[in-house]
Amino acid sequence: MFEPALKSCQKTHVYDSASAFGLLLSGDPVLYGIVRLSLAVSLSATIIAAIVALPLGAALALTRFPGRAAIIVVLNASMGLPPVVVGLVVYLLLSRSGPLGFLGILFTPQAMALAQALLVSPIIAALTRQTVEDVWSEYRDELTAMRVRPMRRVTTLIWDARFSLITALLAGFGRAAAEVGTVIIVGGNIEGFTRVMTTAIALETSKGDLPLALGLGVVLIALIIVINALAWSVRRFGELRAG
Amino acid sequence: MKGMRAPASDLPIVFEDTSVRARDIAVLQRVSLVLGPGAPTVLLGPNGAGKTTLIRLAAKLAAPTAGRVTWGGKPDTDGNRIAVLFQRPVMLRRSAAANVAFGLSQRAAHDRRRRTTELLTQVGLAHVAERPARRLSGGEQQRLALARALAREPEVLFLDEPTASLDPAATKAVEDVVRAVASSGVKIVMATQNLGQARRLAGEIVFMLHGGVHEHAPAAQFFDAPQTSEAEAFLRGDLVV
Repeated sequence: MFEPALKSCQKTHVYDSASAFGLLLSGDPVLYGIVRLSLAVSLSATIIAAIVALPLGAALALTRFPGRAAIIVVLNASMGLPPVVVGLVVYLLLSRSGPLGFLGILFTPQAMALAQALLVSPIIAALTRQTVEDVWSEYRDELTAMRVRPMRRVTTLIWDARFSLITALLAGFGRAAAEVGTVIIVGGNIEGFTRVMTTAIALETSKGDLPLALGLGVVLIALIIVINALAWSVRRFGELRAG
Repeated sequence: MKGMRAPASDLPIVFEDTSVRARDIAVLQRVSLVLGPGAPTVLLGPNGAGKTTLIRLAAKLAAPTAGRVTWGGKPDTDGNRIAVLFQRPVMLRRSAAANVAFGLSQRAAHDRRRRTTELLTQVGLAHVAERPARRLSGGEQQRLALARALAREPEVLFLDEPTASLDPAATKAVEDVVRAVASSGVKIVMATQNLGQARRLAGEIVFMLHGGVHEHAPAAQFFDAPQTSEAEAFLRGDLVV
Protein backbone atom coordinates (compact mmCIF):
# COMPACT_ATOMS: atom_id res chain seq x y z
CA MET A 1 0.00 0.00 0.00
CA PHE A 2 2.94 2.34 0.78
CA GLU A 3 5.11 1.07 -2.10
CA PRO A 4 4.24 3.75 -4.72
CA ALA A 5 4.76 6.56 -2.19
CA LEU A 6 8.03 4.97 -1.06
CA LYS A 7 9.31 4.69 -4.65
CA SER A 8 8.39 8.29 -5.33
CA CYS A 9 10.13 9.35 -2.16
CA GLN A 10 13.30 7.42 -3.07
CA LYS A 11 13.30 9.09 -6.52
CA THR A 12 12.96 12.50 -4.86
CA HIS A 13 15.89 11.78 -2.53
CA VAL A 14 18.10 10.73 -5.44
CA TYR A 15 17.13 13.95 -7.19
CA ASP A 16 17.81 15.95 -3.99
CA SER A 17 21.23 14.40 -3.57
CA ALA A 18 22.16 15.22 -7.15
CA SER A 19 20.97 18.79 -6.63
CA ALA A 20 22.97 19.03 -3.40
CA PHE A 21 26.19 18.09 -5.18
CA GLY A 22 25.20 20.53 -7.95
CA LEU A 23 25.06 23.32 -5.36
CA LEU A 24 28.40 22.29 -3.94
CA LEU A 25 30.15 22.07 -7.30
CA SER A 26 28.65 25.28 -8.65
CA GLY A 27 30.05 27.22 -5.66
CA ASP A 28 26.58 28.39 -4.59
CA PRO A 29 27.20 31.73 -2.76
CA VAL A 30 24.42 31.14 -0.21
CA LEU A 31 25.75 27.73 0.72
CA TYR A 32 29.38 28.85 0.97
CA GLY A 33 28.42 32.01 2.88
CA ILE A 34 26.80 29.81 5.50
CA VAL A 35 29.87 27.55 5.58
CA ARG A 36 32.22 30.52 6.05
CA LEU A 37 30.16 31.93 8.94
CA SER A 38 29.92 28.50 10.60
CA LEU A 39 33.67 28.08 10.46
CA ALA A 40 34.31 31.59 11.76
CA VAL A 41 31.91 31.16 14.70
CA SER A 42 33.06 27.67 15.71
CA LEU A 43 36.77 28.42 15.35
CA SER A 44 36.40 31.66 17.35
CA ALA A 45 34.48 29.77 20.03
CA THR A 46 37.16 27.07 20.19
CA ILE A 47 39.96 29.66 20.46
CA ILE A 48 38.14 31.60 23.22
CA ALA A 49 37.43 28.37 25.08
CA ALA A 50 41.03 27.21 24.68
CA ILE A 51 42.41 30.45 26.15
CA VAL A 52 40.30 29.93 29.27
CA ALA A 53 40.09 26.14 29.52
CA LEU A 54 43.67 25.04 28.83
CA PRO A 55 45.23 26.90 31.80
CA LEU A 56 42.18 26.13 33.94
CA GLY A 57 42.41 22.39 33.26
CA ALA A 58 46.18 22.43 33.82
CA ALA A 59 45.86 24.36 37.09
CA LEU A 60 43.21 21.93 38.28
CA ALA A 61 45.53 19.03 37.44
CA LEU A 62 48.43 20.50 39.42
CA THR A 63 46.78 21.92 42.52
CA ARG A 64 45.26 20.25 45.55
CA PHE A 65 42.65 22.05 47.64
CA PRO A 66 39.46 21.23 49.54
CA GLY A 67 36.55 20.76 47.14
CA ARG A 68 38.77 19.89 44.18
CA ALA A 69 37.07 16.52 43.69
CA ALA A 70 33.64 18.21 43.61
CA ILE A 71 34.88 20.68 40.98
CA ILE A 72 36.21 17.84 38.84
CA VAL A 73 32.87 16.03 39.08
CA VAL A 74 30.98 19.19 38.07
CA LEU A 75 33.46 19.86 35.26
CA ASN A 76 33.12 16.34 33.90
CA ALA A 77 29.34 16.54 34.16
CA SER A 78 29.44 19.88 32.31
CA MET A 79 30.80 18.12 29.24
CA GLY A 80 27.23 17.00 28.69
CA LEU A 81 25.62 20.42 29.18
CA PRO A 82 22.34 20.64 27.22
CA PRO A 83 23.00 23.18 24.43
CA VAL A 84 19.53 24.73 24.71
CA VAL A 85 20.10 25.45 28.40
CA VAL A 86 23.44 27.12 27.64
CA GLY A 87 21.70 29.07 24.87
CA LEU A 88 18.97 30.14 27.27
CA VAL A 89 21.48 31.30 29.91
CA VAL A 90 23.50 33.27 27.36
CA TYR A 91 20.25 34.71 25.96
CA LEU A 92 19.25 35.92 29.45
CA LEU A 93 22.72 37.38 30.02
CA LEU A 94 22.81 39.21 26.71
CA SER A 95 19.19 40.29 26.43
CA ARG A 96 18.49 43.98 26.82
CA SER A 97 17.53 43.63 30.50
CA GLY A 98 20.34 41.14 31.26
CA PRO A 99 23.63 41.97 33.01
CA LEU A 100 25.51 41.94 29.71
CA GLY A 101 22.73 43.58 27.71
CA PHE A 102 24.80 46.75 27.30
CA LEU A 103 27.09 44.87 24.91
CA GLY A 104 24.26 44.76 22.37
CA ILE A 105 25.48 41.56 20.74
CA LEU A 106 22.38 39.35 21.04
CA PHE A 107 21.48 37.84 17.62
CA THR A 108 24.97 38.41 16.28
CA PRO A 109 27.78 35.98 15.40
CA GLN A 110 29.66 37.26 18.47
CA ALA A 111 26.86 36.02 20.73
CA MET A 112 26.92 32.67 18.95
CA ALA A 113 30.69 32.36 19.42
CA LEU A 114 30.35 33.28 23.10
CA ALA A 115 27.60 30.70 23.65
CA GLN A 116 29.55 27.99 21.84
CA ALA A 117 32.66 28.88 23.85
CA LEU A 118 30.69 28.36 27.06
CA LEU A 119 29.44 25.05 25.76
CA VAL A 120 32.85 23.67 24.78
CA SER A 121 34.99 25.13 27.60
CA PRO A 122 34.13 22.31 30.03
CA ILE A 123 35.03 19.72 27.39
CA ILE A 124 38.44 21.26 26.76
CA ALA A 125 39.09 21.94 30.46
CA ALA A 126 38.12 18.40 31.55
CA LEU A 127 40.19 16.70 28.84
CA THR A 128 43.11 19.05 29.57
CA ARG A 129 42.96 18.25 33.27
CA GLN A 130 43.10 14.52 32.59
CA THR A 131 45.90 14.85 30.03
CA VAL A 132 48.03 17.20 32.14
CA GLU A 133 47.50 15.08 35.25
CA ASP A 134 48.82 12.04 33.37
CA VAL A 135 51.87 13.97 32.15
CA TRP A 136 52.40 15.45 35.64
CA SER A 137 52.52 12.01 37.21
CA GLU A 138 55.38 11.24 34.80
CA TYR A 139 57.18 14.59 35.22
CA ARG A 140 56.57 15.31 38.92
CA ASP A 141 59.90 14.14 40.35
CA GLU A 142 61.94 15.60 37.53
CA LEU A 143 60.35 19.07 37.61
CA THR A 144 60.35 19.14 41.41
CA ALA A 145 64.02 18.15 41.53
CA MET A 146 64.75 20.94 39.02
CA ARG A 147 62.88 23.39 41.29
CA VAL A 148 60.68 24.52 38.40
CA ARG A 149 58.29 27.24 39.55
CA PRO A 150 54.51 26.55 39.47
CA MET A 151 53.70 28.79 36.48
CA ARG A 152 56.53 27.27 34.47
CA ARG A 153 55.31 23.81 35.40
CA VAL A 154 51.94 24.65 33.84
CA THR A 155 53.45 25.95 30.61
CA THR A 156 55.93 23.06 30.43
CA LEU A 157 53.23 20.45 30.91
CA ILE A 158 50.87 22.08 28.41
CA TRP A 159 53.71 22.31 25.88
CA ASP A 160 54.80 18.72 26.39
CA ALA A 161 51.22 17.48 26.21
CA ARG A 162 50.52 19.62 23.15
CA PHE A 163 49.93 16.74 20.78
CA SER A 164 47.38 15.15 23.11
CA LEU A 165 45.75 18.51 23.77
CA ILE A 166 45.08 18.89 20.05
CA THR A 167 42.57 16.08 20.53
CA ALA A 168 40.89 18.05 23.33
CA LEU A 169 40.65 21.11 21.07
CA LEU A 170 39.25 18.97 18.27
CA ALA A 171 36.61 17.54 20.56
CA GLY A 172 35.66 21.11 21.45
CA PHE A 173 35.55 22.22 17.83
CA GLY A 174 33.51 19.19 16.85
CA ARG A 175 30.95 19.94 19.55
CA ALA A 176 30.81 23.62 18.57
CA ALA A 177 30.45 22.97 14.85
CA ALA A 178 27.79 20.28 15.27
CA GLU A 179 25.51 21.94 17.80
CA VAL A 180 22.29 23.69 16.87
CA GLY A 181 20.30 24.47 20.03
CA THR A 182 22.56 27.18 21.44
CA VAL A 183 23.16 29.16 18.28
CA ILE A 184 19.54 29.14 17.22
CA ILE A 185 18.55 30.74 20.55
CA VAL A 186 21.25 33.43 20.71
CA GLY A 187 21.76 33.86 16.97
CA GLY A 188 18.20 33.73 15.74
CA ASN A 189 19.08 32.01 12.44
CA ILE A 190 18.94 35.29 10.51
CA GLU A 191 19.58 34.71 6.81
CA GLY A 192 22.89 36.10 5.62
CA PHE A 193 23.85 37.20 9.13
CA THR A 194 23.62 34.49 11.77
CA ARG A 195 22.60 31.46 9.75
CA VAL A 196 25.14 28.65 10.20
CA MET A 197 25.22 25.14 8.78
CA THR A 198 23.36 23.36 11.54
CA THR A 199 20.57 25.92 11.88
CA ALA A 200 20.27 26.13 8.09
CA ILE A 201 19.99 22.34 7.81
CA ALA A 202 17.23 22.31 10.43
CA LEU A 203 15.36 25.16 8.73
CA GLU A 204 15.73 23.97 5.13
CA THR A 205 14.66 20.46 6.09
CA SER A 206 11.52 21.81 7.74
CA LYS A 207 10.85 23.90 4.61
CA GLY A 208 11.43 20.88 2.36
CA ASP A 209 14.49 22.37 0.60
CA LEU A 210 16.41 19.15 0.86
CA PRO A 211 19.17 19.89 -1.71
CA LEU A 212 20.53 22.83 0.33
CA ALA A 213 20.13 20.88 3.61
CA LEU A 214 21.89 17.86 2.14
CA GLY A 215 24.64 19.99 0.59
CA LEU A 216 25.30 21.66 3.93
CA GLY A 217 25.26 18.26 5.64
CA VAL A 218 27.89 16.95 3.23
CA VAL A 219 30.06 20.04 3.78
CA LEU A 220 29.69 19.78 7.58
CA ILE A 221 30.78 16.15 7.64
CA ALA A 222 33.59 16.78 5.14
CA LEU A 223 34.84 19.73 7.18
CA ILE A 224 34.98 17.72 10.38
CA ILE A 225 36.83 14.89 8.60
CA VAL A 226 39.31 17.33 6.99
CA ILE A 227 40.00 19.15 10.27
CA ASN A 228 40.50 15.86 12.09
CA ALA A 229 42.81 14.59 9.36
CA LEU A 230 44.77 17.82 9.52
CA ALA A 231 45.07 17.64 13.30
CA TRP A 232 46.10 13.97 13.11
CA SER A 233 48.80 14.89 10.58
CA VAL A 234 50.06 17.74 12.77
CA ARG A 235 50.13 15.42 15.76
CA ARG A 236 51.93 12.65 13.89
CA PHE A 237 54.45 15.07 12.38
CA GLY A 238 55.03 16.67 15.77
CA GLU A 239 55.51 13.32 17.48
CA LEU A 240 58.05 12.30 14.86
CA ARG A 241 59.94 15.55 15.31
CA ALA A 242 59.68 15.96 19.08
CA GLY A 243 59.64 12.30 20.10
CA MET B 1 83.24 43.66 51.13
CA LYS B 2 80.94 44.07 54.06
CA GLY B 3 77.41 42.94 53.26
CA MET B 4 78.43 40.50 50.50
CA ARG B 5 77.86 36.87 51.30
CA ALA B 6 79.15 33.71 49.67
CA PRO B 7 76.33 31.44 48.41
CA ALA B 8 75.11 29.32 51.31
CA SER B 9 76.37 25.75 51.15
CA ASP B 10 74.00 22.81 51.48
CA LEU B 11 76.85 20.65 52.79
CA PRO B 12 77.10 18.82 55.02
CA ILE B 13 73.72 17.13 54.69
CA VAL B 14 73.04 15.62 58.09
CA PHE B 15 70.46 12.95 58.92
CA GLU B 16 69.60 12.91 62.62
CA ASP B 17 67.75 9.80 63.75
CA THR B 18 65.69 10.04 60.55
CA SER B 19 62.87 7.63 59.77
CA VAL B 20 60.29 7.31 57.02
CA ARG B 21 57.18 5.19 57.35
CA ALA B 22 54.69 4.58 54.57
CA ARG B 23 51.44 2.79 55.46
CA ASP B 24 52.95 1.12 58.53
CA ILE B 25 56.01 0.00 56.62
CA ALA B 26 59.35 1.33 57.84
CA VAL B 27 61.11 2.44 54.67
CA LEU B 28 63.95 4.15 56.53
CA GLN B 29 64.73 3.43 60.18
CA ARG B 30 66.52 5.83 62.52
CA VAL B 31 69.26 6.79 60.10
CA SER B 32 72.02 9.06 61.38
CA LEU B 33 74.48 10.00 58.69
CA VAL B 34 76.63 12.91 57.53
CA LEU B 35 77.17 13.54 53.82
CA GLY B 36 80.03 16.01 53.66
CA PRO B 37 82.12 17.46 50.84
CA GLY B 38 84.87 15.38 49.28
CA ALA B 39 85.13 12.10 47.43
CA PRO B 40 82.03 10.43 45.97
CA THR B 41 79.75 8.67 48.44
CA VAL B 42 78.19 5.46 47.19
CA LEU B 43 75.01 4.17 48.82
CA LEU B 44 75.37 0.42 48.42
CA GLY B 45 72.77 -2.21 49.14
CA PRO B 46 70.15 -4.51 47.66
CA ASN B 47 66.69 -3.49 46.45
CA GLY B 48 64.50 -2.14 49.24
CA ALA B 49 67.47 -1.10 51.39
CA GLY B 50 66.25 2.52 51.51
CA LYS B 51 68.80 4.07 49.13
CA THR B 52 66.26 5.90 46.98
CA THR B 53 64.35 7.14 50.03
CA LEU B 54 67.59 8.50 51.49
CA ILE B 55 68.28 10.36 48.25
CA ARG B 56 64.72 11.72 48.13
CA LEU B 57 65.07 13.06 51.66
CA ALA B 58 68.47 14.61 50.98
CA ALA B 59 67.19 16.23 47.76
CA LYS B 60 64.10 17.47 49.62
CA LEU B 61 61.75 15.51 47.40
CA ALA B 62 60.26 13.87 50.48
CA ALA B 63 60.03 14.62 54.19
CA PRO B 64 60.92 12.34 57.11
CA THR B 65 58.16 11.06 59.36
CA ALA B 66 60.55 11.20 62.34
CA GLY B 67 63.92 12.76 63.05
CA ARG B 68 65.28 15.52 60.83
CA VAL B 69 67.55 16.42 57.95
CA THR B 70 69.67 19.58 57.83
CA TRP B 71 71.52 21.20 54.96
CA GLY B 72 74.68 23.14 55.81
CA GLY B 73 73.46 23.38 59.39
CA LYS B 74 70.06 24.78 58.36
CA PRO B 75 66.75 23.01 58.80
CA ASP B 76 65.68 23.84 55.21
CA THR B 77 67.08 24.42 51.73
CA ASP B 78 65.77 25.99 48.54
CA GLY B 79 67.36 23.05 46.74
CA ASN B 80 68.92 25.27 44.08
CA ARG B 81 72.35 23.73 44.60
CA ILE B 82 71.11 20.16 44.55
CA ALA B 83 70.53 18.11 41.38
CA VAL B 84 69.17 14.60 40.99
CA LEU B 85 69.64 12.05 38.24
CA PHE B 86 66.95 9.38 38.39
CA GLN B 87 67.22 5.79 37.28
CA ARG B 88 64.78 6.49 34.45
CA PRO B 89 65.03 10.21 33.74
CA VAL B 90 62.11 11.86 31.99
CA MET B 91 63.04 13.49 28.71
CA LEU B 92 61.02 16.57 27.85
CA ARG B 93 59.33 16.40 24.44
CA ARG B 94 61.87 18.55 22.66
CA SER B 95 65.37 18.32 21.24
CA ALA B 96 68.39 17.22 23.26
CA ALA B 97 69.71 20.79 23.23
CA ALA B 98 66.35 22.17 24.38
CA ASN B 99 66.34 19.68 27.28
CA VAL B 100 69.64 21.08 28.50
CA ALA B 101 68.59 24.67 27.82
CA PHE B 102 65.52 24.04 30.01
CA GLY B 103 67.86 23.96 33.01
CA LEU B 104 69.45 27.23 31.95
CA SER B 105 66.34 29.37 31.72
CA GLN B 106 67.75 32.04 34.05
CA ARG B 107 70.52 32.92 31.61
CA ALA B 108 70.53 35.29 28.66
CA ALA B 109 69.83 33.63 25.29
CA HIS B 110 73.38 33.77 23.88
CA ASP B 111 74.88 32.55 27.17
CA ARG B 112 72.29 29.76 27.25
CA ARG B 113 73.26 28.56 23.78
CA ARG B 114 76.97 28.64 24.62
CA ARG B 115 76.52 26.73 27.89
CA THR B 116 74.18 24.19 26.26
CA THR B 117 76.86 23.41 23.66
CA GLU B 118 79.52 23.12 26.39
CA LEU B 119 77.43 20.71 28.44
CA LEU B 120 76.46 18.57 25.46
CA THR B 121 80.11 18.37 24.49
CA GLN B 122 81.04 17.45 28.07
CA VAL B 123 78.72 14.43 27.99
CA GLY B 124 79.61 13.54 24.39
CA LEU B 125 76.26 14.38 22.84
CA ALA B 126 77.03 17.48 20.78
CA HIS B 127 76.41 15.49 17.58
CA VAL B 128 72.80 14.72 18.55
CA ALA B 129 71.92 18.21 19.83
CA GLU B 130 68.98 18.67 17.49
CA ARG B 131 67.63 15.11 17.74
CA PRO B 132 64.40 14.61 19.73
CA ALA B 133 65.50 13.64 23.24
CA ARG B 134 63.02 10.78 23.44
CA ARG B 135 64.53 9.18 20.36
CA LEU B 136 67.98 8.83 21.91
CA SER B 137 69.21 5.49 23.27
CA GLY B 138 68.95 4.72 27.00
CA GLY B 139 72.60 5.55 27.60
CA GLU B 140 72.38 8.79 25.62
CA GLN B 141 69.24 9.80 27.54
CA GLN B 142 71.04 9.17 30.82
CA ARG B 143 73.99 11.34 29.74
CA LEU B 144 71.60 14.01 28.51
CA ALA B 145 69.85 14.00 31.88
CA LEU B 146 73.27 14.35 33.45
CA ALA B 147 73.99 17.41 31.29
CA ARG B 148 70.59 18.85 32.23
CA ALA B 149 71.34 18.29 35.92
CA LEU B 150 74.76 19.91 35.55
CA ALA B 151 73.17 22.93 33.87
CA ARG B 152 71.98 23.94 37.33
CA GLU B 153 75.61 24.04 38.51
CA PRO B 154 74.91 21.88 41.55
CA GLU B 155 77.03 21.65 44.63
CA VAL B 156 75.67 18.13 45.22
CA LEU B 157 74.62 15.68 42.53
CA PHE B 158 72.54 12.67 43.56
CA LEU B 159 72.43 9.72 41.18
CA ASP B 160 69.88 7.00 41.78
CA GLU B 161 71.15 3.82 40.11
CA PRO B 162 71.88 5.76 36.91
CA THR B 163 73.26 2.80 34.98
CA ALA B 164 70.91 0.06 36.22
CA SER B 165 69.44 -0.59 32.77
CA LEU B 166 72.47 0.24 30.61
CA ASP B 167 74.93 -1.96 28.75
CA PRO B 168 78.66 -1.88 29.68
CA ALA B 169 79.60 0.69 27.00
CA ALA B 170 76.84 3.08 28.04
CA THR B 171 77.68 2.46 31.71
CA LYS B 172 81.31 3.39 31.08
CA ALA B 173 80.28 6.58 29.25
CA VAL B 174 78.12 7.65 32.22
CA GLU B 175 80.81 6.71 34.76
CA ASP B 176 83.43 8.73 32.84
CA VAL B 177 81.23 11.82 33.05
CA VAL B 178 80.50 11.21 36.75
CA ARG B 179 84.22 10.87 37.47
CA ALA B 180 84.96 14.13 35.63
CA VAL B 181 82.16 15.93 37.47
CA ALA B 182 83.44 14.64 40.82
CA SER B 183 86.95 15.85 40.06
CA SER B 184 85.55 19.32 39.29
CA GLY B 185 84.47 19.60 42.93
CA VAL B 186 80.82 18.57 42.76
CA LYS B 187 79.84 16.25 45.61
CA ILE B 188 78.58 12.98 44.15
CA VAL B 189 76.16 10.77 46.09
CA MET B 190 75.24 7.69 44.09
CA ALA B 191 72.98 4.76 44.88
CA THR B 192 73.90 1.46 43.32
CA GLN B 193 73.75 -2.27 43.97
CA ASN B 194 76.56 -2.88 41.51
CA LEU B 195 79.68 -3.83 43.47
CA GLY B 196 82.02 -3.25 40.54
CA GLN B 197 80.67 0.24 40.02
CA ALA B 198 81.00 1.00 43.73
CA ARG B 199 84.66 -0.10 43.62
CA ARG B 200 85.31 2.04 40.55
CA LEU B 201 83.71 5.25 41.79
CA ALA B 202 83.40 5.34 45.56
CA GLY B 203 85.50 7.39 47.93
CA GLU B 204 83.34 6.22 50.81
CA ILE B 205 80.62 3.61 51.13
CA VAL B 206 77.34 3.77 52.99
CA PHE B 207 76.13 0.17 53.16
CA MET B 208 72.35 0.01 53.62
CA LEU B 209 70.03 -2.84 54.43
CA HIS B 210 66.37 -3.01 55.51
CA GLY B 211 66.07 0.79 55.70
CA GLY B 212 69.08 1.27 57.93
CA VAL B 213 72.74 2.18 57.58
CA HIS B 214 74.84 -0.87 58.48
CA GLU B 215 78.26 0.55 57.66
CA HIS B 216 79.73 3.90 56.71
CA ALA B 217 83.42 3.71 55.89
CA PRO B 218 86.09 4.74 53.39
CA ALA B 219 85.76 2.57 50.28
CA ALA B 220 89.12 0.79 50.66
CA GLN B 221 88.39 -0.07 54.28
CA PHE B 222 84.88 -1.29 53.47
CA PHE B 223 85.99 -3.58 50.67
CA ASP B 224 89.07 -4.88 52.54
CA ALA B 225 87.58 -5.38 55.97
CA PRO B 226 83.81 -5.07 56.20
CA GLN B 227 82.64 -4.72 59.79
CA THR B 228 79.30 -6.54 59.63
CA SER B 229 78.39 -10.05 58.57
CA GLU B 230 75.72 -8.64 56.22
CA ALA B 231 78.27 -6.47 54.40
CA GLU B 232 80.64 -9.42 54.22
CA ALA B 233 77.90 -11.59 52.71
CA PHE B 234 76.95 -8.85 50.23
CA LEU B 235 80.58 -8.51 49.13
CA ARG B 236 80.82 -12.30 48.70
CA GLY B 237 77.90 -12.08 46.32
CA ASP B 238 75.51 -13.94 48.64
CA LEU B 239 71.83 -13.09 48.43
CA VAL B 240 71.27 -10.69 51.30
CA VAL B 241 67.55 -10.47 52.01
